[in-house]
Amino acid sequence: MLTKKILMSAVLALSSLSLMAVSSNSFALSAEEQKGLDISLESKKRDLGWQDSTADMLMLLRNKQGQESTREIKMKSLEVLNDGDKSLTIFNKPRDVKGTAFLSFSHPVEADDQWLFLPALKRVKRISSRNKSGPFMGSEFAFEDLSSFEVEKYTYKYLGVDELNGVTNFKVEQYPVDENSGYTRRVVWIDTKEYLAHKIDFYDRKDSLLKTLTFSDYKQYLSKHWRADNQEMINHQNGKSTELKWANYNFKTGLSDSDFNRNSLKRAR
Amino acid sequence: MRDKLYNFVGKNPFWVILVCITFAMVAGIGAQKLEFKNDYRVFFSEENPQLTAFESMQKVYAKSDNVSFVVVPKDGNVFTAEHLAALKALTKASWQVPYSTRVDSVTNFQYTYAEEDDMIVEDLVMSTKNLTSDKLDKIKQIAISEPLLVNKIISKTGHVSVVNVTVQLPGVDPMAETPEVATSVRAIKAKFLEQNPGVEVHLSGMIMMNTSFGEASLDDGATLIPLMFLVVVITIGLLLRTITGTISTVLVIIMSIVTTMGLAGWLGFYLTGPSSSAPTMIMTLAVADCIHILTSMFYEMRQGADKRTAIARSVKINLQPIFLTSITTAIGFLSMNFSDSPPFRDLGNLVAIGVMLAFVFSVTIFPALLTVLPVRVKKQSESKKDIMSKLADFVIAKRKALLPLTSVFIIASVMFIPNNELNDDFVKYFDETVPYRTATDYMQENLSGMMVVEISVKTGESSGINNPTYLHSVSDFSDWLRARPETDHVNTITDTLKRLNKNMHGDDPNWYKLPDSQEMSAQYLLLYEMSLPYGLDLNNQLDVDKSSSRIVATFKNMTSNELINVEADMIEWFAKHAPQYEVDFASPSLMFAHIGQRNIISMLIGTTLALILISILLGVALKSWRFGLISLLPNLAPAAIAFGLWGLLSAQVGLGLSVVIGMTLGIVVDDTVHFLSKYLHARRDKDASPKEAVHYAFDNVGRALWVTTFVLVAGFAVLAQSSFKMNADMGFLTALTIFIALIVDFLFLPPLLMLLDKRKNVAAANDDVMSDSASRKNVEVA
Repeated sequence: MLTKKILMSAVLALSSLSLMAVSSNSFALSAEEQKGLDISLESKKRDLGWQDSTADMLMLLRNKQGQESTREIKMKSLEVLNDGDKSLTIFNKPRDVKGTAFLSFSHPVEADDQWLFLPALKRVKRISSRNKSGPFMGSEFAFEDLSSFEVEKYTYKYLGVDELNGVTNFKVEQYPVDENSGYTRRVVWIDTKEYLAHKIDFYDRKDSLLKTLTFSDYKQYLSKHWRADNQEMINHQNGKSTELKWANYNFKTGLSDSDFNRNSLKRAR
Repeated sequence: MRDKLYNFVGKNPFWVILVCITFAMVAGIGAQKLEFKNDYRVFFSEENPQLTAFESMQKVYAKSDNVSFVVVPKDGNVFTAEHLAALKALTKASWQVPYSTRVDSVTNFQYTYAEEDDMIVEDLVMSTKNLTSDKLDKIKQIAISEPLLVNKIISKTGHVSVVNVTVQLPGVDPMAETPEVATSVRAIKAKFLEQNPGVEVHLSGMIMMNTSFGEASLDDGATLIPLMFLVVVITIGLLLRTITGTISTVLVIIMSIVTTMGLAGWLGFYLTGPSSSAPTMIMTLAVADCIHILTSMFYEMRQGADKRTAIARSVKINLQPIFLTSITTAIGFLSMNFSDSPPFRDLGNLVAIGVMLAFVFSVTIFPALLTVLPVRVKKQSESKKDIMSKLADFVIAKRKALLPLTSVFIIASVMFIPNNELNDDFVKYFDETVPYRTATDYMQENLSGMMVVEISVKTGESSGINNPTYLHSVSDFSDWLRARPETDHVNTITDTLKRLNKNMHGDDPNWYKLPDSQEMSAQYLLLYEMSLPYGLDLNNQLDVDKSSSRIVATFKNMTSNELINVEADMIEWFAKHAPQYEVDFASPSLMFAHIGQRNIISMLIGTTLALILISILLGVALKSWRFGLISLLPNLAPAAIAFGLWGLLSAQVGLGLSVVIGMTLGIVVDDTVHFLSKYLHARRDKDASPKEAVHYAFDNVGRALWVTTFVLVAGFAVLAQSSFKMNADMGFLTALTIFIALIVDFLFLPPLLMLLDKRKNVAAANDDVMSDSASRKNVEVA
């Protein structure tokens, strides 16, 4: 146990170093670009070391007509240092997709690896990687909005400070590196105290405002890791919205790589 | 009162001119507020049931405003590496169209196939670099056998394809958004053509149609209104030979139009295709007032009166008839308020306002101008009067033959009225000179029609669409629909599910069938949905709760009635085979198909009301209910004959034509009023026999009648040149009706009067005496 802790802190230190390396490698950046990058690095750094987590998610879909639809999902995540995180998503509702499980290995720059287990077919199917801009379960969240934040996914530009609900925020513009992204840019509001994202504006491929994501009810876990209980995504173009409500967060539950592979998909619940 | 009016005008001509022009200018400023609404939805009122159904469907699924690039490779083969590369580039460029939310083309079609144990979802055309002829052939086979694509995105033979851009207008500034999209799309087209000289591109779709509404009207404004001014100047110049008169008339017309359009702006009107023809109509109708005043004035001057006296007498003589004809015309146009289509209500109100303003101006600033400006009288040749006199002799001599002949003609024409068919095909609202029309015609010939019906089949329960019973119903319905001869294309989720089932079974064609359990179907869809990129999701086919799905059926061009029949058949199919589902049918095509019927019914009520009002007015003005009733015949016959002839010529009656009866009623009444009042004047005051009275009427108003008819027919014939077919047909039929009205008044009414009046003398002599004494005051004005 102790050795594991030591090992862990060593890895943490290493990855902090590598984050700094990202920072210092990026020469020839303008002052705004450097500051935008630094804020994002700090934000990522402050959350390092959560190891793994489980949580329940309720997804509420609304259309312009006022119709609602809910999805119930269980999420398991594994922190992967020096690469994107791994996640396992298990669907509980709608009933006809109960037991369906989705495994994703996200990567900072290359396409993510994704598999879906279909209980009706009792088979695991690989999913096309070009879907990152596509909607997750028919919601207003795209795959790329839900996958873990990695510093290398974007280039940055600091836009200034902005007051949001009485809190001072950095405003940082992020430009996706991957050309398969559905966005030209995102504008993120990150508070100056805890370095948490509070709001993100998404601009589509023709650079018009597409969606706004708002985070609320941040709670701190293990005196370190902040998670928002509520995320609301509003699509300005089609008038639809999706709300994510998180509950039962647990950290460091002892999940390991073996819980996140094709075989584990079939027994996930 | 009549004396006082001109006394004042004659004494203070400059003041009158100043006040009128100031009024016109102040009102005219409002014209800046006028904006053109380029959206087909303006044809429907808020409470229109088809519009409401369509709007709620658009809120549940995705909106369906679109632009289609119809791309035609000149070598007739879409499937060459070069052309596919071009299509790929066009698809990418189309994402840059403002407000675009989805782009569908052959190249980005989400092709699914099995590869070992995996299902691959990717663009049908991924890379165009190493396309061998084998690969090209494979792509072609996939495309032309895919039910989602064929006839919609690609032609059966693969010689034409479409890049369809779905646009979601935010509706914040609707007047600016549509042109913004159109401008962008045209720029993309121009650039594309520059880079691909071997290609032809047509632009179609709702956005282009909406753009055409505005542009056709603008073109009209630039060509028709100047043409109309030319007609006015030539008519008055040639027929009345007066420069001052022409200038003054043109001024009255301009002021009537400017003031009306200005008031429209102040009152918050907006312009639409139909209501943009208001200026042309006002211009046409305003001329008649001036002609009457000029004719009488010149008559007086030729008789030896000085100018001021002549003007005074002319105003005095004409005030009541002009007022009467203006008010009947206004009533006729106001009957358009019964229309179900707001643009026609606006048109009716605008022209009614314009006609009343023209009346006011022609008895104020018009005589004032004539007073101030120099007027010379040329000796008029009397030949015209001779013609009228000869015509009168002819009509009186041949009355026994004319009455049956004209009656037979009227009855024969009326018999063709049932030939007419209600039809509102919005594509045909534009003539072939409008690019949207040619593009859409081309699309209809090579791919699919523009008749689209969206069918939402609802289960009322979450995930209900995955139920095998539901899927089988939807699939059976789609098959039934496809088997109909008028169907071009059916877009249904069941095709996608069948394909996925096949993919999941190693692309075995035997598995091209619906999954047999709810879970299976739900999980296939989940897998598929999770694989789709941005903008190509299933939101346009499924609602958020997966409780209902939308089938989109595209039909060949057909008439409104045929489409309504197809709709009825579809309703019946569901009642018979799947009564447990709530089904909604909606689309712009259906909206237009139903508006004709709704409009005809409401316009009949409006026209009847106008007819009653006008007849009462005539009865009062002629001081005889009997003649009021007789006048009904020549008032109604022209429209009846015109629609009968239309039944032979075209037989397609749409929104534009359904208002013609009400509109022309107020105009054709004028001829009858003038003729009958002169006839009665002769009968009552001059003790003339019916024959003499007919002769008298011809001599006195015959010429004025044909001059005004000439102007009216010319004016509406100018409108008939509009590239906006709705206005053009309306103009043509109105011109035809007015022309027929003159013939009826010259050839049918006089023999009828000679016949009926004789009997009346015998039957109701007393009544005649009564009405005679009562009418004495009235006749002096007639």
